[in-house]
Amino acid sequence: MAPDSRESPPRAETQAPPPQTVSREVVVANRQGLHARPADLLAREARRWQSRIELVADSQRVDGKSILDVLTLAAEAGTRLVVEATGPDAREALEAIGSLFDRNFNEHAGSQQT
Amino acid sequence: MLKLQGIAVSPGVTIGEALVLDAEGFRIPRRFVERSAVDTELARLAHAIAETSREMEQNRDRVRAELGEQYAAIFDAHLAMLHDPRLQQELTAAVRDRNWWPEYAVSRTLRRYAKVFQSLDNHIAQRAHDIYDIEKSLLRNLLGQRRETLAAISQPVIVLAHNLTPSETANLDRRFVKGFATELGGPGSHTAIVAEGLEIPAVVGVGPFLADVSGGEPVILDGNEGLVILQPDEETIARYRLEEEAARTVAARLGRLRDLPAETGDGVRVQIMGNIEFPSEVEQCIDRGCDGIGLYRTEFLYLTSKREPTEEDHFAAYSFVIQAMQGKPVVIRTLDLGADKMLTETMPEEERNPCLGLRSIRLSLRQLPMFRTQLRAILRASGLGDVRVMFPLISTIVELRQAKMVLADVMEDLAEHGIAFNRKMPVGMMVETPAAALMLDAFIKEVDFVSIGTNDLIQYTLAVDRGNKEVADLYNACDPAVLRLLRRSLDVAAEAGVPANVCGQMSGSVMFTQLLLGLGLRQLSVPASAIPEVKQACRSVSVADCRLIAEKALAMDGAREVKAYLRDQLRRLLAETVA
Repeated sequence: MAPDSRESPPRAETQAPPPQTVSREVVVANRQGLHARPADLLAREARRWQSRIELVADSQRVDGKSILDVLTLAAEAGTRLVVEATGPDAREALEAIGSLFDRNFNEHAGSQQT
Repeated sequence: MLKLQGIAVSPGVTIGEALVLDAEGFRIPRRFVERSAVDTELARLAHAIAETSREMEQNRDRVRAELGEQYAAIFDAHLAMLHDPRLQQELTAAVRDRNWWPEYAVSRTLRRYAKVFQSLDNHIAQRAHDIYDIEKSLLRNLLGQRRETLAAISQPVIVLAHNLTPSETANLDRRFVKGFATELGGPGSHTAIVAEGLEIPAVVGVGPFLADVSGGEPVILDGNEGLVILQPDEETIARYRLEEEAARTVAARLGRLRDLPAETGDGVRVQIMGNIEFPSEVEQCIDRGCDGIGLYRTEFLYLTSKREPTEEDHFAAYSFVIQAMQGKPVVIRTLDLGADKMLTETMPEEERNPCLGLRSIRLSLRQLPMFRTQLRAILRASGLGDVRVMFPLISTIVELRQAKMVLADVMEDLAEHGIAFNRKMPVGMMVETPAAALMLDAFIKEVDFVSIGTNDLIQYTLAVDRGNKEVADLYNACDPAVLRLLRRSLDVAAEAGVPANVCGQMSGSVMFTQLLLGLGLRQLSVPASAIPEVKQACRSVSVADCRLIAEKALAMDGAREVKAYLRDQLRRLLAETVA
């Protein structure tokens, strides 16, 4: 990463020039975690946008447009991830992807216990 | 030229084109693309991806129609992975920038993902199987007719593989597979036994060598010396061609023995029986003039199918063999498998030591319905000829009695239903544990015959896993401990007037023929391929000489000494025969 000379760097999304990066935290709520089906949905959604979409776990950063990459996160239920979108349609992309997580990838209630 | 030493498990030499399989059944050599051919190769890759995609869609639609949406989802996941833009970029870059052959690029790239998945401590780890599936489909489409699987061979090859399971070996197409060599495996493994049954040269336990050879290269396989020769030079090829030719001549000469009895010089008639695993092998035994089937292994009924064999499956196999033998004896051995090898049964817990675990008669006595099914079929078949049943791995008298009780019970059952069978069917046991050999004087009163299984007897006596390369050299039929158990068993049987047979690999090796005859053995059960040679050996000796040889060998206290002595005696015999 390029060193920043300023005392306190501004947050990414307040930077004026594109590419603009926006991010939000999401929680994997599916009982089975981010398995093949939700990973596929996520990658498909991500590919609808021009922006680069990345998912960040503790030490890992993966390409949100790649199901293979997303699967390597092996994110289990309850995992917190940061979704980052960078590009001209970053805000819309982030919203769409965030809502996939919020909707639990349309799976039946994640709270359901067996 | 590269000479590799492995373990010889099935004799013969052969020269041919290599067909190389790795652990997943495919072999992809590291090859590079000419710069000028990059676009053509990329187009080939794109075509393979499109074809694979089409197949996956077809599978998905078929499965959806037959089993429902839930099952079709797996193919959706495959499709999503196949079309992953990142994967596609990586594949393209590998071909365009690194000039990898598309097959190699596919294999390397997908395996990298598979490896990552496998390392995950999570249910995602199972996705690695999907990756392997995708890799296989892509490779199949890329290679087209050149695909290197075992199923669709159409020209003579020598199969080189990491490992072959017994059922893979059994399914080798004998018309085209001239021999095989594997990186893993040891002498006496089931795969080795099957190779011998197929009568093709085989070398196992070669160690890692598949990286050094590509499909289509000429290879020499020497199943006598346990050698695999890669990139052979002209001189070596010429030498082996002569050897191949000589072997054919000897085979033709031994073929003339077919109708001659195995009678020693001093007039003692020896019974030479065949060992078989597949019903079809019975023909090879008959061709060589056997006196019966001394060991019909029935494991393949259980190994080649995912479901438990039905009574009819058993009956069909048995009756084929019995009818082919036309009244000559057929000894059917009941299931001799470990629970770990069974496809149908889930183990209660992993066995730490399967050889000493729930296997063979122990498993049969635990799985009574399965055991009864086999016994019913054997009894039904007993009406068709001279059928005898034999229980493997007996180690206590209680097991023998239990097995006989189950048999009696099945007999009653058949009688009640008016189904014909031979009530007097002879019942025998294998002597293959030191316990059985030591207690044989007790067992012998309750059986009609015994058969000494030297493979297991050696393994259990010497505490050596014959499949373990590290200790395989300790596995030695010449060990005095083994010889003493053999002598004791044969003496006890002779005294009781109960027929005895030796059916391990020992009886198929002419090095031991004189020793075994000298110990009083009059019936040997050997692989079909060994029948002419063993018969020839029997015809060339006298029992009086054999007794002296046995006496001398039994007085020795080291395996090496015994081996050297028996080798000398064999050499002397061969010299006389040739002269």
